[in-house]
Amino acid sequence: MERPLTQHTHPDGTTRTFREYVQDGGYRGLQRLASGLAPKDVQRLVSEAGLRGRGGGGFPTGTKWSFVPMGPDAPKPKYIVANGDEMEPGTFKDRVLMEGDPHGLVEGMILAGYALDAEVGYIFLRGEYHLSAQRLNQAIAEAYAEGYLGKTIPGTGFRFDLHLHASAGRYICGEETALINALEGKRAVPRAKPPFPQTVGLWGQPTVVQNVETFYNLPHIVNHGAAWYHGLSRTQDGGTKIYGVSGRVTHPGWWELPLGTTAREILEEHAGGMLKGVHFRGVLPGGISTAFLIEGHLDLPLDFSSLPAQVGRLGTGTMIVLDDHTCPVGFVLNLERFFARESCGWCTPCREGLPWVARILTSFEEGHASKDDLALLDMHTKWLAPGHTFCGLAPGAMAPLQSALQYFRDDFEQHISRGRCPWRHKPAQLKVLV
Amino acid sequence: MLSDTERRELEEAVKHYPDKRGAAIDALLTIQRRRGWISDDSLLEIAQFLEITVEELDSVATFYNLVFRKPVGRHVAFMCDSISCWIKGCERVQEQIKKLYDVELGQTTSDGRLTLLPIACLGQCGRAPAMMIDQDVHGDVTPDTIEQIVEKYK
Amino acid sequence: MASQACATEGVGLTMATIIVDNKSYTVDERQNLLAACLGHGLNVPYFCWHPAMGSVGACRQCAVKQFKDDRDQSGRLVMSCMTPVTNGTRISIDDPEAKAFRASVIEWLMVNHPHDCPVCDEGGECHLQDMTVMTGHVYRRYRFPKRTHRNQSLGPFIRHEMNRCIQCYRCVRFYRDYAGGRDLNVFGSHDALYFGREQDGTLENAFSGNLVEVCPTGVFTDKTFFHHYTRKWDLQSAQSICSHCSLGCNTTASERSGILRRITNRFNSQVNGYFLCDRGRFGYEYVNSDKRIRHARVRPDQNRTKSAQPQEASEVLNIIGERLRSAHGLIGIGSPRASLEANVALRTLVGPQQFILGINEHEHQLLSKVFNVLQTGPVPSASIHDAEQADAVLVLGTDLLNEAPRLALALLQSIRQQPMERVDELKIPRWDEAAVRNAVQNRRGPLFLAGSQRTWFHDYATDSYFAAPDDIARLGFAVAEHIAPDAPTVSDLPDNVTILARRVAKSLSGAQRPLIIAGTGSGSLAMIEAAANVAWALHRQGKQSRLSFVLPECNSTGLALLGGGRLQDAFDSISQGKADTVIVLENNLYRRAEEEQVDAFFDTAHTVIVIDSLENRTTAKADVLLPTATAPESDGTFVSQEGRAQRFYQVFIPEGEIRESWRWLSELARAASQETDVDRGVATWHNYDDAVSATARAAPELAHTGKVAPSASFRLMGQKIPRQSDRCSGRTSLIAHLTVHEPPPPVDHDSPLGFTMEGYRGPLPSPLISQFWAPGWNSIQAVNTYQDEVGGPLRDEMPGVRLIEPVATQAPAWFTAIPHLFQPRSDQWLLLARPALFGSDELSNQSSAIAERIAQPFLSLHLSDGARLSLDDHSMIDLTLQGTTYRLAVHLDPYTPVGTAGLFLGTEVSSGQVPAWVDLFKAITTEQQRRVA
Ligand SMILES: Cc1cc2nc3c(=O)[nH]c(=O)nc-3n(C[C@H](O)[C@H](O)[C@H](O)COP(=O)(O)O)c2cc1C
Ligand code: SF4
Ligand code: FES
Repeated sequence: MERPLTQHTHPDGTTRTFREYVQDGGYRGLQRLASGLAPKDVQRLVSEAGLRGRGGGGFPTGTKWSFVPMGPDAPKPKYIVANGDEMEPGTFKDRVLMEGDPHGLVEGMILAGYALDAEVGYIFLRGEYHLSAQRLNQAIAEAYAEGYLGKTIPGTGFRFDLHLHASAGRYICGEETALINALEGKRAVPRAKPPFPQTVGLWGQPTVVQNVETFYNLPHIVNHGAAWYHGLSRTQDGGTKIYGVSGRVTHPGWWELPLGTTAREILEEHAGGMLKGVHFRGVLPGGISTAFLIEGHLDLPLDFSSLPAQVGRLGTGTMIVLDDHTCPVGFVLNLERFFARESCGWCTPCREGLPWVARILTSFEEGHASKDDLALLDMHTKWLAPGHTFCGLAPGAMAPLQSALQYFRDDFEQHISRGRCPWRHKPAQLKVLV
Repeated sequence: MLSDTERRELEEAVKHYPDKRGAAIDALLTIQRRRGWISDDSLLEIAQFLEITVEELDSVATFYNLVFRKPVGRHVAFMCDSISCWIKGCERVQEQIKKLYDVELGQTTSDGRLTLLPIACLGQCGRAPAMMIDQDVHGDVTPDTIEQIVEKYK
Repeated sequence: MASQACATEGVGLTMATIIVDNKSYTVDERQNLLAACLGHGLNVPYFCWHPAMGSVGACRQCAVKQFKDDRDQSGRLVMSCMTPVTNGTRISIDDPEAKAFRASVIEWLMVNHPHDCPVCDEGGECHLQDMTVMTGHVYRRYRFPKRTHRNQSLGPFIRHEMNRCIQCYRCVRFYRDYAGGRDLNVFGSHDALYFGREQDGTLENAFSGNLVEVCPTGVFTDKTFFHHYTRKWDLQSAQSICSHCSLGCNTTASERSGILRRITNRFNSQVNGYFLCDRGRFGYEYVNSDKRIRHARVRPDQNRTKSAQPQEASEVLNIIGERLRSAHGLIGIGSPRASLEANVALRTLVGPQQFILGINEHEHQLLSKVFNVLQTGPVPSASIHDAEQADAVLVLGTDLLNEAPRLALALLQSIRQQPMERVDELKIPRWDEAAVRNAVQNRRGPLFLAGSQRTWFHDYATDSYFAAPDDIARLGFAVAEHIAPDAPTVSDLPDNVTILARRVAKSLSGAQRPLIIAGTGSGSLAMIEAAANVAWALHRQGKQSRLSFVLPECNSTGLALLGGGRLQDAFDSISQGKADTVIVLENNLYRRAEEEQVDAFFDTAHTVIVIDSLENRTTAKADVLLPTATAPESDGTFVSQEGRAQRFYQVFIPEGEIRESWRWLSELARAASQETDVDRGVATWHNYDDAVSATARAAPELAHTGKVAPSASFRLMGQKIPRQSDRCSGRTSLIAHLTVHEPPPPVDHDSPLGFTMEGYRGPLPSPLISQFWAPGWNSIQAVNTYQDEVGGPLRDEMPGVRLIEPVATQAPAWFTAIPHLFQPRSDQWLLLARPALFGSDELSNQSSAIAERIAQPFLSLHLSDGARLSLDDHSMIDLTLQGTTYRLAVHLDPYTPVGTAGLFLGTEVSSGQVPAWVDLFKAITTEQQRRVA
């Protein structure tokens, strides 16, 4: 099994040095550019490879790029941004890549810059990732020293500058338009689309934002071609994916696997199954903005096209397992508190609705919820839907809640009928945190 | 007054952006690294440096949660309270800290040594529960090991 | 701002048909769905959208159901404010799901709202209340604690109650994005948002008062109104015209029980649109001032050492009649702050030869020059609406922010015009405000400011030039020369000015609708001529250029159109004995001429009759003093600097013997005529219509003043139009301490309006609308229901009549008198007037809230001049000018042109003293010097 993204990363968590990176064939993609690979060729390669964004949305990268104005009349400058905000709880795949192999991101971004004729790049990194920051800064400095950055790449007339931007916390910064505002030094509230960042982005200029993992795929696509890339995956979406598991499993962790691997395989073969004495109840397949998958879904291939819409989305591919020793209501309460705290405060349903939801769930946990509260939760899952709120945060927040209400409704009702959380021995004295 | 070193660092940050205010977050974090938190005076100095008003800068500063607009202790412990850590018992670790150091989330110990803050998922879900003290990440923390970890930060 | 306003311009107008709840409507394609629906009277609730500020999609209140086509049964919710109109768009407002969602949005907004409507100043005219009722949300289901905030103290104008906030972001969008303010912002995130200042303190922006109307609930309310609060429905209101500068913004003035309670903005598509400045909004309290003259007074025995004493009005009229009959020569001094009718009345009474424009010689020349330019040239004057649409602007020598603030606000919108071309290319609809701002970023269209004082407005200029008036005029001439090579050449132009002139010329020539602004404030004739040359040069290039001249007072134009003698003529005829009796109309001559001269004038005159509303130094000289009505207490016409004649109406009948000046004058004329005489002239005026028709005959330019608004006989369905709302309460209880009978309401013979709640309620010509209201729309947002296209003109709008339109099609000969390079002198400084938003206007200064904002008198100097005079910044000096000593703070700055000094005397403005050369070494006695001596 090929693992192009991670086969050379050190298992002990130390970083792959510049020397090692080059020795293993790194920055070779740049040399291919000089040998006559035009920007539009790179774009075509990416389209043919069927690369889909790894940030959670799974939007086809080639399609996204096709909206960027090209040619001599296109606005200048254009920007490339790596979305390394990774604040989606349960998600740690970008960190693993950036810490283990910083040069892969640098090379991927240079290639994207070349393909889109964009001369400046930013890595937007979440503020808590100090180790990633340190290693990326070193990689950027090395790439400058070697002339991969800041100098014309021989034989191409193309030159790329790259800067690291460390953020200061706030999940919403990961939403690409909020991220753009954040990079401009503004409050990170999302922007309305259209216009899309590809035409009006950073400082009003054409901008492409991709997830960190997405960029890591580019050097390999450029080096090995679209057919090879397709061959990596088990389904129609090309390539591999970093999957991860956390929760009460035997071996929590991450693995690079072919896209389309099933949840069961990952949970049982890679994560070693549930810890002794606990049983599986459900799993959020990719971060907390996704809906629960239950036993009956575990054999579906996990990729961007195979999950039926009514079942859910893959999201980031890093799963969180709900077991039978964990209260599903407490579980979603934790999620909704997170979402309420991380709402940017721009649009009404999210700003006011999420804290309300969190308070209602708290009252479930404290044992003073009623049937009306269940109705209010249902109402919120209905109203905080895509298009009703300004961005995807609130709909993301509703995905686990709605599916929990669907699959674990019994548990909610028991909280009402027993007047306490069945998982806690004493009626809990939870504090209203939100 | 910004020190020479601070000014130099800010000037370096500003170079990365076509517009000075793009460096607002870098500037706030840079000064915070040196001074621990962003006082009203620091805010004013940074705003002047970036050629924006204090209102504009504070509007940004108060949006983010890693910019401290109140003093913090010598060390800041960020306790991840997101889902994976919650499943693995972060609440019990929190209670233990409370017991050991007599400090609630959002507070600083009376000797000014430690500020305890909640934080969203640190991306260490494989090693949950996780926490970060200053810039160091600690995984698989338990109520039994927490004292040993915290004791390294005086 | 551009968005909606632009949608009213004819360019590229395409109509689309949309289907709303199965009915077809024709709408302008450049609108969003929300505006389109509102324009057809379809009620869709909203908060964050504002017709002048576009859409941002934050509140989610305006959701409607959109269907792909007629087969689509499920549809999807969209925000109507963020959805463009396209042909065939099919939506439903009544869809049950859309309705339920909108009700939920209110429910969310009310989660933290304090529900304090009974004690909230916004109650009864609250957009949040209206929208709550509109959506049908009634029962509270949220049962957890509410968040609370600490409120800030924001200065004398605005009260702050953050707990009522519904986070629509309109305040910051108005204050920062629209009005260029920087000391208000949003702090925090998620549901812990705070809208306010960094710290307690006065909101500095000149347009802060609009927050009161922009905020859809009671977070920002009018503090001056709070001090004498009345519910909106209990107010008696009428159209008024702001009298605090020359722009003529439209206002609604409101009263209850004899007290003027507040001023609110009144939409006029051509003039002020949705916004006023703070001087106009908060300057009204002079009407309620203790210094009001409420009774006629006569000086006993003509002994000038005694003061005038109140007397019965009829008695006073007898005395005047006698004095006038026995007068040896009568002159009348008019006023730029009195109505057109009052001035015409005075002129008719004393005869055109004896009528003096009550302004000084210099101002007289400047005004004549302005009219000469507007009347002989091919370039029309710009309305404020035109100014918003201008795509390149040059301002020569006027300090707009302080002299004509609403025009400055218009220019803050005009600088968006050029960048909008990029927005259009990107196919971003102009109403899509957030997208427009992201595309525009910091790009701004050309705005060049030349003057001698720096303000925050300069932050928005492409380039600023600080120089003495002569040098600014020279820049103007040089710009003209760069546009039209045959225009006169400016010699010895420094290189940097040449470069600037070239740059300005290039920008103006590259524009479609360039605007040149100058004014009388700097006292420079050459500046006006230079502005004319530039505008004419552009006109010759085929540009739709416009001129705008900022004038000193609210009716300077009206007065100048009438024509009359100079103040010096008045002084001469009294001192030379050609006349011995003078009538001074609403004019404090001490603001116009030197003290000694005015003293001598009054002392020599045999009889001084003064008609005015507030005590001042001139009223103290009156032998006979007649109390006149202020604008909100009278009917009248002002002509704005644009040349637009606009009608204001009496809001209430004031206490005492106060009446309009024209009415006093006609009574005076009747009293003076011998009993056997047949009444002639102003003596025949019995009601306001008489005054209007006489005014229309007074000068050819005034011929159309009768068309400004409907005449007194105007009726709808045979009825008058009420000034009170039909919910006005307590009309007997108000006076129950005096009588329990309800007295008959006063009768208004002068206008179609009545002083009651009874009368015609329905569509009205705009000047007759007392307050904007429609069922379900109690807030000022009701204006939408008076427009065919939201943001466009009012239905039956009578936006005033422009009295001066160009007749020439070609520019006359160039002005050629180019001043010499300004030369600083070794011991003298050129003293220039420093206008101030608060302090330079005579009447608003008497309002307590404004008084709090008036700066201490100061003298500004260039840093190097400060050094020459050994003065430090902020040191106090005593400056003696023409015998009077003023205590002034010294302001040193790098902008005041070297060799000049800017003088701000606080409320003691005297235009008679500047510009003038003064030996500052001699005039200044510093503390230090005194101590040394
Ligand atoms: C609330 C919210 C948070 C998001 N956070 C992230 C994030 O942390 N990292 C990320 O790559 N994408 C995040 N996204 C998705 C981005 O908006 C965007 O789609 C993505 O960066 C595009 O990259 P891709 O096409 O390579 O996936 C988030 C979206 C939403 C609505
Ligand atoms: S859904 Fe609305 S409030 Fe929530 S994060 Fe997005 S824009 Fe902000
Ligand atoms: S008015 Fe449409 S979202 Fe606020």
